[in-house]
Amino acid sequence: MAVPTAAWAEASNATSIAVRSLPEHTLEIVSDSGEGAQKCGQIFGAVSAKMGNGVWTVEIIPAEIQPPPRTPEGASGNRIRIGSRPITNWGDAVDLVVAFNEQVLLSRHRLGVLAPDAIVFVENSWAAHPSPDIRAAWIRAMEELSGSGYRIIQVPMEEQCLTIDDNPRKGKNMFALGMLAWIYSRDLARIEDQIAYAFRKKSEDIFQRNVALVRLGHAWAASNLDFRIDVAPAPIERALVVMNGNEALALGALASGMELCAMYPITPATSVSHFLAEVFEKFGGVLHQAEDEIAAAGVAIGASYAGKVAFTVTSGPGLALKTEFIGLAIMTETPLVVIDVQRGGPSTGLPTKVEQSDLLAALFAQPGDAPRIVVAPATIEECFHTVITARRLAEAFRTVVIVLSDANLATGVQPFPRPQLLAEWQAAEPELAPVAPNTRPYAWDPQLGTSKRIIPGQPGGMFTVTGLSHDENSKVAYGSGVHQRGTAMRSRKLAVLQQMLTPPKVNGDADGGDLLVVGWGSTKGAIEEAVARAWQEGLSVASLHLSFLSPLEPGLGEIFRRFRKVMTVEINYSDDLADPFITPENRRRGQLAWLLRAETLVDVDCWTRVPGEPLRPGAILDVIRKAIASEVKDPRLAAAAMPIARSPRPDLEETPS
Amino acid sequence: MSDFSCSVLGCTTSPEDGRDFELGDYEGPVARWCPGCGDHSVLTAVERLLVAEQLKPEQTVFVSGIGCSSRFPHYLKTYGFHGIHGRALPVATGIKLHRPDLTVFVVMGDGDCCSIGAAHWVHAIRYNTQMVAMLLDNSIYGLTKKQTSPTTPQGFKTNTQPAGSFLPPLNPLTTMLGTTNVSFVAQTAEWIPAHLYATLRAAYRHNGLAFVRILQRCPMYTQSIYERAVKDPSVVELLVHDDGVVVSELDAIYRCRVAHNPSDLAAARALAEDGERLRLGVLFRDETRPRYDEIRRTRKVSATERLALLERELDKYAV
Repeated sequence: MAVPTAAWAEASNATSIAVRSLPEHTLEIVSDSGEGAQKCGQIFGAVSAKMGNGVWTVEIIPAEIQPPPRTPEGASGNRIRIGSRPITNWGDAVDLVVAFNEQVLLSRHRLGVLAPDAIVFVENSWAAHPSPDIRAAWIRAMEELSGSGYRIIQVPMEEQCLTIDDNPRKGKNMFALGMLAWIYSRDLARIEDQIAYAFRKKSEDIFQRNVALVRLGHAWAASNLDFRIDVAPAPIERALVVMNGNEALALGALASGMELCAMYPITPATSVSHFLAEVFEKFGGVLHQAEDEIAAAGVAIGASYAGKVAFTVTSGPGLALKTEFIGLAIMTETPLVVIDVQRGGPSTGLPTKVEQSDLLAALFAQPGDAPRIVVAPATIEECFHTVITARRLAEAFRTVVIVLSDANLATGVQPFPRPQLLAEWQAAEPELAPVAPNTRPYAWDPQLGTSKRIIPGQPGGMFTVTGLSHDENSKVAYGSGVHQRGTAMRSRKLAVLQQMLTPPKVNGDADGGDLLVVGWGSTKGAIEEAVARAWQEGLSVASLHLSFLSPLEPGLGEIFRRFRKVMTVEINYSDDLADPFITPENRRRGQLAWLLRAETLVDVDCWTRVPGEPLRPGAILDVIRKAIASEVKDPRLAAAAMPIARSPRPDLEETPS
Repeated sequence: MSDFSCSVLGCTTSPEDGRDFELGDYEGPVARWCPGCGDHSVLTAVERLLVAEQLKPEQTVFVSGIGCSSRFPHYLKTYGFHGIHGRALPVATGIKLHRPDLTVFVVMGDGDCCSIGAAHWVHAIRYNTQMVAMLLDNSIYGLTKKQTSPTTPQGFKTNTQPAGSFLPPLNPLTTMLGTTNVSFVAQTAEWIPAHLYATLRAAYRHNGLAFVRILQRCPMYTQSIYERAVKDPSVVELLVHDDGVVVSELDAIYRCRVAHNPSDLAAARALAEDGERLRLGVLFRDETRPRYDEIRRTRKVSATERLALLERELDKYAV
């Protein structure tokens, strides 16, 4: 039997309850995979959003479905950051954690994610487990944690749950939810509604048992804890919706009127298709799970060619496989939307973890010149709207639009204003009117490069599209000027789109300053939070976030030149100048930095990391401080501006040839 | 198109609009295949079929991959999609899923279908989407100049296997007949135009994916493979049945005949095995197999209805 520890005993004897009012709080629920911590976290996040708190949630996902139990690498769960104001990222340290065993707790401790004074709830049945190995592991873990400043509260979750359910593995998550509901004063009625939704495919019995477990956890907390945390919700002034990025992408696809999605299962993109599998047919749509990533692209292109723009959803390895088909769509000017929910690369990489890995692949992975549009949503809300924009751009410019989301947006949950739906977002019905005699299938406007698409079914429009270089009549190129002209026309479309875009808005003083931080995609919230904190320190810094990566938004070079230093912050790899052999000449930079240097001729620096997790605003703030401090004096930066001397390579010289 | 006969026979036939299509309505520019290439015969047979069935050119799409035979759509006046190597079937599937009103033909070569596109081939058989798929099998990569293909005979010398092809060739017929949900498999030969046409016609009239392997000679590289069969009709064995292909004008020439009921899958598999004789005809036909395109057909939803549905979806996420 579990023995109450001193901490718990102290808590249980409490007579008065201290309520700490805080502007924000970050908590985690971690368990072995399959114990339901994610469900608990999702419900807590959704309910917090519905109560009016700012919320951002991140999933903690092991790579395997069932990693070995009670192992640090098996930690699975959710981080939820709630605030009285809108929350745009996962924050820095965790203030409170609920762990279902001491090993997953150790994993979070060793990763350094817990605040020095974090409140730690841990299941204590392991201390008295029949297995001596497990008891010993528990003791070792408690010793490892003893040096920390955490307030560790042991909770007899299993013992409590066994009063309701004979399988405690399945009940702890709801018990923990009830406990958290008491600590954070969450609305129990809303929790019950959310449980009903989360378990809508399960029986009434399961719903009732889960509700009973929540009440049990709530009651346990009420009679055993001496503190509560109050993160006051803000009054909800506008109608809000709360969802994750993949749900937003799927809803955006529905709002765009697209009628066919062809995909192949791949983490972390697949849940877009799970959503569509449930509802798409009601909307007259088809979700086709193809035999492979390549076929998924082919089916989408075939459908687009014959009617409304279709789309495919994938992640890095899938994007690699689709490359040839994407080239065909660009060459044949068949509109196509490719949603890429990025994960760590290269190769299989980090399937469940975030990385801004595919920017350059999305831009350039083709033989020859293959201009395509690349856009990146920065928030969950933008995931919804970007798909609608992507569909319209694909049709208007008769080309491929790649939407770069990532694992952070895919599983992150955030409330945002409920979209006011417009009928005009939707694709029009294919026009099957006869084509005027002598209409060319690629009647390129010589200025714009655009042309009106002819689709099968239109009398008089018959032609054969081809991936071979072709003229306005889609006739295969044999003359010397044909390829030049066709390539120029496809390229021109991007220039036209670029001129329709407005320069991006600088976050901060647009007139210039010491440092401009440039980002793209899901890092926006963390970057802007870091910049806001830097302003409080009096630092001269601004940030710029790019939504269009191809074509780039106009005026970037002009904006960059107003700042003494420009630096990208990205979740992808770049060499560190302090590392062996790395020189300003051979340094391989972050993907956006690479692009911006080429496009603006500004000496754009970068700070990038591939930790397999979202960037923390505190880490970005440190980088901002250092970048501004070193702007004048850093000899390495000074060296970058001068002719580069060969760096000494003693280890090579010592090696006999 | 929910009406069965309409979807099988096309909605593309057009007695109602008064047009009468002639060969010139389908014939495109002069084909640039080598003289003596089997592709010419197939093109001729297909044009004959288009005229006979009065398919509306604007409702008909030929989808191809890459290779000599994949130039096929360029030589017709229907809609055409000349895509990438091995991937004609996914494109055709996408067209048919989104536009069931269109009649779709797929043209592939042996390298195209059985090598680089093999994954799509197997799955297309299983999807059983309504269309005609033609495998123009000349047992060689011709466009890239004589490399071994999956159907190159063992020992046949090529530029990549100059001492002769190492392995026995892949048998496309047994491959397809071993695949779940196969619904129509036939074999014919380009040098017997009457049989070729009759087979394509049977394929076109099939409910489901009709797959026709067409034995072909490449005049540059594989003329020898079927030389004996071309000269000696006794090498060819015709599978005959009322539900298959019956071409009475061939009776006098092709005397080797086997009565084969195409509904008999076990017999079809036995007949498909490599043997002394080339067997031509419909090996298997089952019109009751589930069709993916039919199963997945959705109703049209108006923009207004879609908005109302979407509001209901958003309600689930409302705060």
